[in-house]
Amino acid sequence: MTAVVSQRLKPSGFRISKRVLPYVLSLPALLVCIGILIPFLTSVVYSFQRYRLSQPWARQFNWGDNYISFFTDPKFWNTLKISLLYAGTTVVLELLLGLAIALLLQKRSTLNNFISIMLLMPLMTAPALAALMWKLMTNPGFGVLSYLASLIGLQDFRWASSPSTALFTVVLVDIWVYTPFIMILLLAGLRSLPTQPFEAAALDGVPRSFVFFRITLPMLTPYILTATLFRLLDSIQQFDIIYAMTQGGPGDTLTVFQVEAYLNFFQSTNVGRSAALMIILWAITYFLSNIFIKNWLRLRERARGQA
Amino acid sequence: MEHTSLLERILRGAALTLVVIFFMFPIVWIFMMSFQTNETILRIPPQLIFEPTLANYTALITGKLMTAAGTLDIAFMRNLWNSVFLSVTSVAVSLLLGVPAAYAFARHKFRGSEDIAFTLLSFKFAPALLVLLPLTLYFQKLGLANTYIGLIWVYQLICLPLILWIVRGYFEDIPADIEYAYRIGGHSWFATFRKIALPLAGPGIAAAGLLAFIFAWNNFVFALVLASADKQPVTVGALAFITSSGIQYGQISAAIVLSITPTLALALYAQRYLVEGLSLGAVKG
Repeated sequence: MTAVVSQRLKPSGFRISKRVLPYVLSLPALLVCIGILIPFLTSVVYSFQRYRLSQPWARQFNWGDNYISFFTDPKFWNTLKISLLYAGTTVVLELLLGLAIALLLQKRSTLNNFISIMLLMPLMTAPALAALMWKLMTNPGFGVLSYLASLIGLQDFRWASSPSTALFTVVLVDIWVYTPFIMILLLAGLRSLPTQPFEAAALDGVPRSFVFFRITLPMLTPYILTATLFRLLDSIQQFDIIYAMTQGGPGDTLTVFQVEAYLNFFQSTNVGRSAALMIILWAITYFLSNIFIKNWLRLRERARGQA
Repeated sequence: MEHTSLLERILRGAALTLVVIFFMFPIVWIFMMSFQTNETILRIPPQLIFEPTLANYTALITGKLMTAAGTLDIAFMRNLWNSVFLSVTSVAVSLLLGVPAAYAFARHKFRGSEDIAFTLLSFKFAPALLVLLPLTLYFQKLGLANTYIGLIWVYQLICLPLILWIVRGYFEDIPADIEYAYRIGGHSWFATFRKIALPLAGPGIAAAGLLAFIFAWNNFVFALVLASADKQPVTVGALAFITSSGIQYGQISAAIVLSITPTLALALYAQRYLVEGLSLGAVKG
């Protein structure tokens, strides 16, 4: 594409190309993605229809019915509750743990750098495969974690296959995969902080808890915000870990938005409900991503300034 | 930085040890399981010492899996090849489309440029199934269902925003004066792009490409919805493994090890750029 464009523009020279060039360069990328906008609009249309793949003849617009029925639909409230609970728990725990690990590794040393690189490995493991790894380890027959649980007195701990511990198990896998993400961002943030305030505080003998809450934490806030929002956006849409681990089960214990939409589409073939669920999730993520992008841009400007 | 007591150093050491154990144990354990036979895996309590065997890997490579019910033909190597092919091609297409666009966004503030850049970014944050579910119906009509081309097209949603925003940052870091001086010397914009901008942004482009590869490789939901068995990458293929009954656990573990090794190796190789890439250029490592 670029080669063709350049041949055409070369002889025509400096002035024409200067105006048209940026459009020509960015158009192919945009066109490829525009194709994606069509299914997005289709989803909006579907969400206003009564549409079941099993009854294509009964397909018709029912306007807001899919959305209105959500109000009285306990399954929808369960989906909303589980999604928020999952996102909230994972993000808070990962933030606390990630911050703690980043503080432990803050000092630049060979060992600390080596550990921080090693900790990236879970993050680079495909979440779906990570779920399978944990599934093998929590297998009731031979799983090493089931064995360890029995050692500390949990004789019949059934991990993801029991409704009471399923959420705990997938949250654990999420923490295993994504804590390193928060850790590495906050570690980079910590190491980029100016040293003068800390030296001054040390000179004055300021207590370390005061240094942490009044200097470190406020200066780290932009990094914390960006990392948290990034994770929140991802976590509220979690599909891979939950689907690979339990396919939303047992029962409807873990039917978060995307899992519920997937099951609605492929199992109960209720396209209309599935689309309406996705539109609601999209509205939530759109709201979150607007806040995120503002923070992210501010941090990006700062990073550019350092370069 | 400051004086630390012996007690504090011990506590720090203990905390770090726990952290390393928690995050490394699953990988080490699965790695060990992949060298064991079913008999040693099923032993209670779990054994740390065993006689390693390569049987699981040979079974995967030959595609003949021993199960309780006899041998089963599973083309896991096919999944592995699909992963390689889909990821490499998607990243190549993404670089071809994304690098010129990133250059345009970095160098020319044209009308609507920020809007277009943000539109492309927003695809990264939208729920995947919102687009994928209607897309399955379209793909069936268009004949793109279960084709590499269809998959590579939707994989652009993963790779393009990443490449666009990371590479754009690298182009912005090149002083415009360098390019201007070269242009004054009578060279076309394309020569400037090729001889000046591309080499200077080279490391960034390579890093963005590697990251995009990792994300494409690790993707699960796109292929789960759009591909059937012969086009599925390892992430989806391995799931089919665990649900089909009677497959030996060592073989599942070996499949997982083969599936995660490429991304782990690449991540170690590219770790210098990971922070910047994961934050889409917002944090420098």
